[in-house]
Amino acid sequence: MLSTELAGVKLQNPTVLASGIRGVTGASLVYMAKEGAGAVTTKSISLNERKGHPNPVIVTYDQGMINAVGLSNPGVKDAVPELEYAVKNARVPVIASIFASTITEFGKVAEAVSQANPDIIEVNISCPNVEDEFGRPFACDPGISTVVMKKIKKVTSIPAFAKLTPNVSRIGEIAEAVEKGGADGITAINTVGPGMLINIEAATPVLSNKVGGISGPAIRPIAVKCIYDIHKSTKLPIIGTGGATTGRDAVEMIMAGASAVGIGSGVYYRGPGVFKAVAKEIQEFMDTEGYKSIEEMRGIAHEDQ
Amino acid sequence: MKTNEFIVKRIEEVLPESEDSKTFVLPYNLKSKPGQFVMVWLPGAGERPISISGEKDGKFSVSLCAVGPVSEAICKLKKGDKLGFRGPFGTQFSIPKDSTSLAMVGGGYGSAPLAYLTEVAIKEGKKVYFIEGARNRNRLLFINRMKKAGAEVLIATDDGSEGVKGYSTDVLKNILKMHKIDKVFTCGPEIMMKKTVQISEELGVPSEVSIERYMKCGFGICGQCAIDEEGICLCKEGPIISGKRALSLTEFGRYRRDSTGKKVEW
Repeated sequence: MLSTELAGVKLQNPTVLASGIRGVTGASLVYMAKEGAGAVTTKSISLNERKGHPNPVIVTYDQGMINAVGLSNPGVKDAVPELEYAVKNARVPVIASIFASTITEFGKVAEAVSQANPDIIEVNISCPNVEDEFGRPFACDPGISTVVMKKIKKVTSIPAFAKLTPNVSRIGEIAEAVEKGGADGITAINTVGPGMLINIEAATPVLSNKVGGISGPAIRPIAVKCIYDIHKSTKLPIIGTGGATTGRDAVEMIMAGASAVGIGSGVYYRGPGVFKAVAKEIQEFMDTEGYKSIEEMRGIAHEDQ
Repeated sequence: MKTNEFIVKRIEEVLPESEDSKTFVLPYNLKSKPGQFVMVWLPGAGERPISISGEKDGKFSVSLCAVGPVSEAICKLKKGDKLGFRGPFGTQFSIPKDSTSLAMVGGGYGSAPLAYLTEVAIKEGKKVYFIEGARNRNRLLFINRMKKAGAEVLIATDDGSEGVKGYSTDVLKNILKMHKIDKVFTCGPEIMMKKTVQISEELGVPSEVSIERYMKCGFGICGQCAIDEEGICLCKEGPIISGKRALSLTEFGRYRRDSTGKKVEW
């Protein structure tokens, strides 16, 4: 009843461990799978190792979280064995998140991670925390977004999802652009902002990077709106991500058009048990309201459905 | 909704501990338990996880050794300077209710959470053997504080400049053979902790260890401090775990991961 599908990849339940959350090691991904995640996503992998920003890189505030980890990762050479471990042991679909600063490099990373045979490749073209280094994310430009996805599709046969940023005026246009490039699905949204927190006793920004992406319950309505807009523009499967911590939040995203729901900061708010809890809460809602499948609820908040 | 924004306070007291380490007392009721840690932030210098070395009367302390750029900068701070922190984070040491005698095995500044635990344990009426190992007498920490608290202090130094010449684990072995010890607690270099747990297990004494890994968030989401092969995050499901469980971790005493996630051998 809770099963869902992402570009032919079957999930036992619609919860997905979002990228950047407990996704550094293969064993960590397997642990989250055992905790009930329907699928797990690695932390973004780049061609070469990246140290990321110095601490502090992440803190929480009233209704959310701000982070600028800075895409730290060991590079494909050391990240692929971790991915292989997860693919071999997770027993749920594994999504490899990849990041690069050029089109050519995106191709190389996609090729390298494909060797580990993940179920989906998530193409992170939307990280807001490395703008000083790389400028505006690719997902802010429809033309470049198309080209990146074309490149990925040329080098791998594994389904490719584009991870989009909400920090654009019309996300539907970007969704159409990645579909044109051959994307098999979309993950939305990446963090909002960037934003800034200043500690007033210290009279200085809290993060070493000064600015960071905002996630958590505070951004959920933005995520829901983006999912809604994307579903209106394209019928690609969507992993709706952004502040969902309960089954009700997940259903809201599904009704906006998501086929699965990413959970990130929810792991902080409710612990690793969040996946089982959310799945159970979705089930309870469906029982109460008489829904028989995730697909039946998908996109029904749209007027034309 | 829970948050862990930084709290910034003025340092109330700076206590020199050894030639390269200091204790900083902060006026804040953290409600911590022995074994937990805080992310300490010095604006402009950075942030790092540090074990809580004591808490009472609405004040807590952290003790650190100047080993890297952040800790070096913190060690230069004086009374009245501002220091930020968030926490407390992580699991705590657990003193068995029905225990009478406990042994602590600390190495270097790893003794910090054990000093805190010792004070709490003695208050609960336990007999504590506080074993500390260091390179030489100038590197010893908390010795007077532990004696004052009522612990039986045993010292091992590499050069024999104080206590016995040799390892703290050898001292532990003798104590475990001579006395009935209900539980062993250890914090310090990982190889020392592994040896401590192995000795304790051989003699059938339960133990707890404090495992340190590179940490970023401190609250169980970034995944940087995940340890193989269970995949648990040591900032959340640790840093305190049973010695038996630690021995079952394939990573324990063998390697760790750096800030990128790359494996580094001990």
